[in-house]
Amino acid sequence: MSSEADTLLEMRDVRIDGFADEQWHAIIKGVDLTLRKGEVLGLIGESGAGKSTLGLAAMGFARPGCRLTGGEILFDGIDLMRASERQKQRLRGARIAYVAQSAAAAFNPAYRLLDQTVESGIRHGLLRPEEARAEAVELYRAMDLPDPEHFGDRFPHQVSGGQLQRAMTAMAMASRPDLIIFDEPTTALDVTTQVNVLATMRNAIERFDTAAIYITHDLAVVAQMADRIKVLRHGEEIEEADTETMLSAPQQPYTKSLWAVRSIRKQAEGNADKVLELNGITATYGTRPVLKDVSFDVPRGRTVAVVGESGSGKSTAARVMTGLLPQIAGTVRFDGRDLPPELSKRSKEDLRRIQMIYQMADTAMNPRHTVREIIGRPVRFYFGKTGREADARVSELLHLIELDDSFLDRLPGELSGGQKQRICIARALAADPDLIICDEVTSALDQIVQDGILKLLMRLQKELGVSIIFITHDIATVRAIADEIVVMYQGGIVEKGPKQDILSPPHADYTALLLSSVPEMEVGWLDRTLAEQGQAAS
Amino acid sequence: MHPIIRTILQRLGLGLLTLFLVSIVIFSAVEFLPGDFTEAILGQAATKETVAAFRHELGLDQPAHIRYFDWIGSVLQGDFGTSFSGRSASGVDRSREVVELIAPRLMNTLFLAGMTAIIAVPLALFLGVTAALYRNSLYDRIVNAGTLSTISMPEFFVAYILILLLSTIFPVFPSLANIAADTPLIERVYASALPSLTLTLVIVAHMMRMTRAAIINLLASPYIEMARLKGLSGRRVILHHALPNAWAPIVNVIAFNLAYLVVGVVVVEVVFVYPGIGQLMVDAVTSRDIPVVQACALIFAATYILLNLLADIISIVTNPRLLHPR
Repeated sequence: MSSEADTLLEMRDVRIDGFADEQWHAIIKGVDLTLRKGEVLGLIGESGAGKSTLGLAAMGFARPGCRLTGGEILFDGIDLMRASERQKQRLRGARIAYVAQSAAAAFNPAYRLLDQTVESGIRHGLLRPEEARAEAVELYRAMDLPDPEHFGDRFPHQVSGGQLQRAMTAMAMASRPDLIIFDEPTTALDVTTQVNVLATMRNAIERFDTAAIYITHDLAVVAQMADRIKVLRHGEEIEEADTETMLSAPQQPYTKSLWAVRSIRKQAEGNADKVLELNGITATYGTRPVLKDVSFDVPRGRTVAVVGESGSGKSTAARVMTGLLPQIAGTVRFDGRDLPPELSKRSKEDLRRIQMIYQMADTAMNPRHTVREIIGRPVRFYFGKTGREADARVSELLHLIELDDSFLDRLPGELSGGQKQRICIARALAADPDLIICDEVTSALDQIVQDGILKLLMRLQKELGVSIIFITHDIATVRAIADEIVVMYQGGIVEKGPKQDILSPPHADYTALLLSSVPEMEVGWLDRTLAEQGQAAS
Repeated sequence: MHPIIRTILQRLGLGLLTLFLVSIVIFSAVEFLPGDFTEAILGQAATKETVAAFRHELGLDQPAHIRYFDWIGSVLQGDFGTSFSGRSASGVDRSREVVELIAPRLMNTLFLAGMTAIIAVPLALFLGVTAALYRNSLYDRIVNAGTLSTISMPEFFVAYILILLLSTIFPVFPSLANIAADTPLIERVYASALPSLTLTLVIVAHMMRMTRAAIINLLASPYIEMARLKGLSGRRVILHHALPNAWAPIVNVIAFNLAYLVVGVVVVEVVFVYPGIGQLMVDAVTSRDIPVVQACALIFAATYILLNLLADIISIVTNPRLLHPR
């Protein structure tokens, strides 16, 4: 054990309640946490495990609708449970800083980045304005931001997501805090961007010897950042160990199950007639081109994974196929027949045969419709079934997605994330489609829930013979379920072909970068990857 | 050209187009007014020839579209025509220019509106911001309840209560707002105190509640949480981080209320016998004085359009995404 003097943060038996459904529930049920100076602790768990809540409690902060109910939080000897609001304000932004999940939302849209970066330093009286500005420029440089002298003159909407996330780390660093809370800082980024952001963040905390709590649900990421890892579930600690031990020899069954996800490995199948062919599709938003001469085929009863980072045109391709965005050149050939580009010119039958499932199941369902109405609508619309006949079909579909009739009269708000996405799948199946387009359908879900959804989709494909286009940025998912892969970048196709061809060398440059950027669950992966990518670039 | 300037010019063009369409609506609406000025003046006993001659003199015998273009053409040159009133069957013409009639009344109305705005807008913003800062506190509840009760009462009722309190029981202010063109400023302010106070009570609630709601709506956003986690004081979080992002809805409500101060205060004018433009228009409608009605209506429409345009422009200019494109 380390000596007492080394301890920066000490949390003992911390309890936090959250208000939901008209009453208080325990979110954190007595968690201990100790952090030494300059140490990085990884906090890991599914969403709802209480990671962010615990991280914020380290700043003596409870979100609206939450309250700290018990335990002790000692930061460098200061008791944050008893400290006045004024005392806590003096610590926040000065000695403890926070890096939020979505930098795009956490920067105030009304101010230039520099003004926001220096704000806490100046407000807390740590630095004079001109010092703070010079310091900020230095930090921008340390964060590898382009044109550090003038970077801060821009507004948040004028720079990319990866740059914003680095700017936010610079903002946190600006007052030389003793502790930084990183709350899922790379979750919103593309993998290729994530690698660089992770590297700059780690270098910065090493350089200034800052202690950090790194919150994430991504094990591979935390393995690169943390000295120790603590696993949380339902507001309780499952286990804690140093990173290497935790990766190689997890003790608890829950931790092992986290480590074991993505066990699915679909054997790719080839040779089938084409259900859908895209030929030379070009599409624009206004005058801005978003798809340039995109062509690929979807074999019947197979899964085609379309991968690429945000802005690569994956979702736009889906919009063209469904007719939501008419292309300006090229054809969409479905079952041997060209589909009209405009949605309004397609027949009901055309519409029925191509269905879509969205990333955010929350917003894809009317919150005031029951499950019966949500799934029943396509049953009535496409097949004219009503009354008992429709109910029977809805019930059948529910069983198909491994839920039962007790869900019939529930509203979306009463369902978990995974259940909501299952309802969306059932709604797509209700049309008895030939092709389902899945647009990032698992991205918003926890890994274990993701696994369930992917297994379900694969089972359904086998039973019903439906073809699937699976749009994703997650290579692990692609590896798990694809038969064929299409790699997209900046509105064009980089590579396409059977899974084993694309995933094994030789790769196209971009594919290689994409594949190598996916964090792996081993210590030292980040350094190795940066070295390799550096070599490849030079 | 900066895209903002182009947007503003576009809005300005659209505003003018709206005004043009509104002028057609006004003209047609006046056409549909029952009754006729000539008959109102000459009486039922007038011979057909007299009526025809009188109508000819006023230009009322022309077809509607010609009269419309005559009217709008003169308006574009700043000539709102001559009032019908002052003419009589005997042929004596003491009629006055519409501009001459409206100008002093409009000045009075603008004075009252301006005076009210100077009190009400800062007051509403202050109450709104502080209510947001201390939300759910006793202060917040009192402010909310207070403003809500004043807006819930009819304005004439508010006016009479104020007269009762501040003019009868405690004779601080006059109950009649007698002002003329040559009334000195101080006296003018004194005379207009009660009508202005009445209008303030009527419009403050709307603006205050929108300010409060717009700010509270932003308090849940991640950048406000970030500001808190930077250790900033509650006041700085609200004033510096929330308010600048809340201008768009607030400004729209302010514009709406300012427009109301110009075009909708006839009841208050009547209670305090304040010589504003609202009364003038009502009188003109009663006496079928078409040129005056049209001119008033056009001024009202222009006020609405102008203030809304201004609110739009402020919303655009306070949005950095539009002001500083990528």
